[in-house]
Amino acid sequence: MLERANTNAGALHGCYGGLLLRYPTDHPVIPWGSTTVLCLPLAVASLQKPEIRLESLKEDIKEFFKISGWEKKLQNAVYSELNVYPLPSHPAAPPEHLKEPLVYMRKAQGSWEKRILKSLNSMCTELSIPLARKRPVGQQKELLNKWNEMGTDEPDLSLFRPVYAPKDFLEVLINLRNPNYENGDSLSFRTHLGLIQVPLKVKDIPDLKECFIELGLNTGQLGIDDSTQVPPELFENEHVRIGQKVLAEQDSAAAQQYIRQGSPTALRAELWALILNISSQPEDILYYEQLKANVIQHDLLVDSLIYKDVKLTASNDDYYFVFEDYLYQVLLCFSRDTSVLGHFAYNSASPPKSYIRGKLGLEEYAVFYPPNGVIPFHGFSMYVAPLCFLYHEPYKLYQTFREMYVRFFFRLHSISSHPSGIVSLCLLFETLLQTYLPQLFYHLREIGAQPLRISFKWMVRAFSGYLATDQLLLLWDRILGYNSLEILAVLAAAVFAFRAVNLMEVTSLAAAEAVLADLSTLKVMPLLQIFLFATIT
Amino acid sequence: MNTLMDVLRNRPGWVEVKDEGEWDFYWCDVSWLRENFDHTYMDDHVRISHFRNHYELTHKNYMVKNLKRFRRQLEREAGKLEAAKCDFFPKTFEMPCEYHLFVEEFRKHPGITWIMKPVARSQGKGIFLFRRLKDIMDWRKDTRSSDDQKDELPVENYVAQRYIENPYLIGGRKFDLRVYVLVTSYLPLRAWLYRDGFTRFSNTRFTLSSIDDQYVHLTNVAVQKTSPDYHPKKGCKWMLQRFRQYLASKHGPQVVEALFSDMDNIFIKSLQSVQKVIISDKHCFELYGYDILIDQDLKPWLLEVNASPSLTASSPEDYELKTCLLEDTLHVVDMEARLTGKEKRVGGFDLMWNDGPVSREEGAPDLPGMGNFVTNTHLGCVNDRKNQLQQLFHSLQTQKKASS
Repeated sequence: MLERANTNAGALHGCYGGLLLRYPTDHPVIPWGSTTVLCLPLAVASLQKPEIRLESLKEDIKEFFKISGWEKKLQNAVYSELNVYPLPSHPAAPPEHLKEPLVYMRKAQGSWEKRILKSLNSMCTELSIPLARKRPVGQQKELLNKWNEMGTDEPDLSLFRPVYAPKDFLEVLINLRNPNYENGDSLSFRTHLGLIQVPLKVKDIPDLKECFIELGLNTGQLGIDDSTQVPPELFENEHVRIGQKVLAEQDSAAAQQYIRQGSPTALRAELWALILNISSQPEDILYYEQLKANVIQHDLLVDSLIYKDVKLTASNDDYYFVFEDYLYQVLLCFSRDTSVLGHFAYNSASPPKSYIRGKLGLEEYAVFYPPNGVIPFHGFSMYVAPLCFLYHEPYKLYQTFREMYVRFFFRLHSISSHPSGIVSLCLLFETLLQTYLPQLFYHLREIGAQPLRISFKWMVRAFSGYLATDQLLLLWDRILGYNSLEILAVLAAAVFAFRAVNLMEVTSLAAAEAVLADLSTLKVMPLLQIFLFATIT
Repeated sequence: MNTLMDVLRNRPGWVEVKDEGEWDFYWCDVSWLRENFDHTYMDDHVRISHFRNHYELTHKNYMVKNLKRFRRQLEREAGKLEAAKCDFFPKTFEMPCEYHLFVEEFRKHPGITWIMKPVARSQGKGIFLFRRLKDIMDWRKDTRSSDDQKDELPVENYVAQRYIENPYLIGGRKFDLRVYVLVTSYLPLRAWLYRDGFTRFSNTRFTLSSIDDQYVHLTNVAVQKTSPDYHPKKGCKWMLQRFRQYLASKHGPQVVEALFSDMDNIFIKSLQSVQKVIISDKHCFELYGYDILIDQDLKPWLLEVNASPSLTASSPEDYELKTCLLEDTLHVVDMEARLTGKEKRVGGFDLMWNDGPVSREEGAPDLPGMGNFVTNTHLGCVNDRKNQLQQLFHSLQTQKKASS
């Protein structure tokens, strides 16, 4: 039996062929998604039958839900909302608190956004290109014909620059300060030697061990216990069997628990869809087609930024270059998807506003730009590239990416105090290094090679493009399983620990970068296991 | 990035010999072989990297002939079902001698695309696609007239082959697989399959409407390098492991097993078809580069077999693959006489055929039948060759000590 060590008051138990699940029942605010709205009329329709009696109505509806599979769908929808939305806070708290409770963080995010928007606007003015324009009919036809091979286009992108790169963002994070926190002048062993100087609470290794208990040495893992030396009867076969059962039952929560031990290659696409609660209903396909029509009709400035990013990053990657066309199909539609605006309710960032020409400052003429409120930066397309391994229909690929973005990836480039936010991840990484590898940390600091300067880009991209694809997918399995990005910081620290011997010998930042330049041979799960469970703490 | 020289020079105890010195091992090219093999004396232990008449397998016209003959033999001996296993070669006709047979076939299937390939050239040179007889009538006229010239260049032999119009596409692109097979003897037939290999992508999106665009249809790296779309940093290769994982995540492991098992069948049958024709000299071994194309029904087709697969590396990863491939080839050839001859795996090579099918190592389960019987192959699987070699040589050393 595998148990989730976290406690939640009033848990409801469900037993599941080896997996023990808990649903917290005391969550008062549950936004109901479209799934629930759809099934109520169905339930009502079933009541038109003559044999339904008023006395047993409640039981009959419950029964109907069970046998029609709607109960499961409802459960999945609820579970999905629980994962995404933050826990309810004080009733008197304003909506900004849902986005980000700390004022200084909100302020920092606000000024960062101003800078980005300024940069975008000045590029716009410099190149005299409008932020958005309607495409002439001829161009629309051309684009429609080329839809499946947009990568063959070679527009002149030399004048476009990415709006920002991860290292620009890092500088902003380094300068973050809590005005209420006095560091004191005297150095002590408590002084944090890293670049991040804000006092957020992060986990230490004992906490992480508890949190990531399924990664322990006594639990089977894909990425370790499916290696060629281990006979598949020991773990792999049974694990695959359970995975198939989980899929047959279509239970999101069970899938999320299951995937903590990794997903078999053949089941991964379906498991992720189940966990992210993505169903491919006709209306989803239609929605994607509408976005595509939007792309055809209107040309946005951000489109050129997307093109440039894909050409610079994914197209140059040894493995992802093949999927270049899919990346355009996803990212161009993504920019126009206004449903993404919903996630700004719990994202510390806010969508940039722009005004219709001539109506600057007039709120009635304000629009969000780009329509989805997300301005891509250098490397953004790498969030999509690994998903191309799993999904081949564009609308499925699109849905999965969108869900992954509004659940996880947005946290990697907005300033917030959330434990999975990039600030916390950086601090977690530095703290782990300083606490458990003090000699290495000190040495690197002395030679001017602050570790975060090297690992930041890994974490911002969730390691996409740095690890081999199969390893990356095993890592992202755990992100989904634990609904947290903390594992990225742990992996970054584990990589440093692994290459510590070589790093102790270098004498410059460039040399340190060289030691850590190539992560493509690393095996993610053994590294994590050793760092968390086999290091003396 | 010359992998061969690096591997040979770095091999412990080996010394490079220049020109006419006495040599024990020669990685020669086929032209040297043609001119010198027949009058070169070689001691028993001497090894050379080609078979005298390798062209029976590696020139398209000979291979087709041998395969057709083998197929007829199989049909006589084992029935139609067994013979159908040889249907991995698209219909091919030698030109110009089988021109009339070709026209008959051409008329049976109007509108399909054919590909004309020179018999002995490599790297995609001289290949063109056509759909109308007119296109090759012109070509035929040209070759006929050249017969009349006094100082003639030998007329090149071509084959016309049915073009596979429904290739499996990844990211909208066509690709083929390069797989390495090492043969150390034909009588009896001993063949090894290397676990690594690569997938070569065409740089442009596949469409049947542009048969003149050779960049779309030809996947050789040499041709792709001249395409206007080509960016050297991009590379257009995937390691086979990546390809195998991609297919597994899309179609599931059973389908992938079936595909790779069908590929094993291609390797074995093609070698068997020339087994009796090739002069099996004990001094010879040969490392073949097989080019395989997969169609949309996940059926593998044999495009051709290369006797001298390219050993220049196009990227650091490619360099790694080819140097390891060559090192392991030398381990199998075993000039140092370390092996017992009973090994089923040496580094990245798995013994695929040893005068009969080879079963997997003890303890590992055999694959369910599937009509094919070869089970000791691991194409596109994990290649932990360093570990395996360490263990292998260590145990060989202990065995030697024990017996001396």
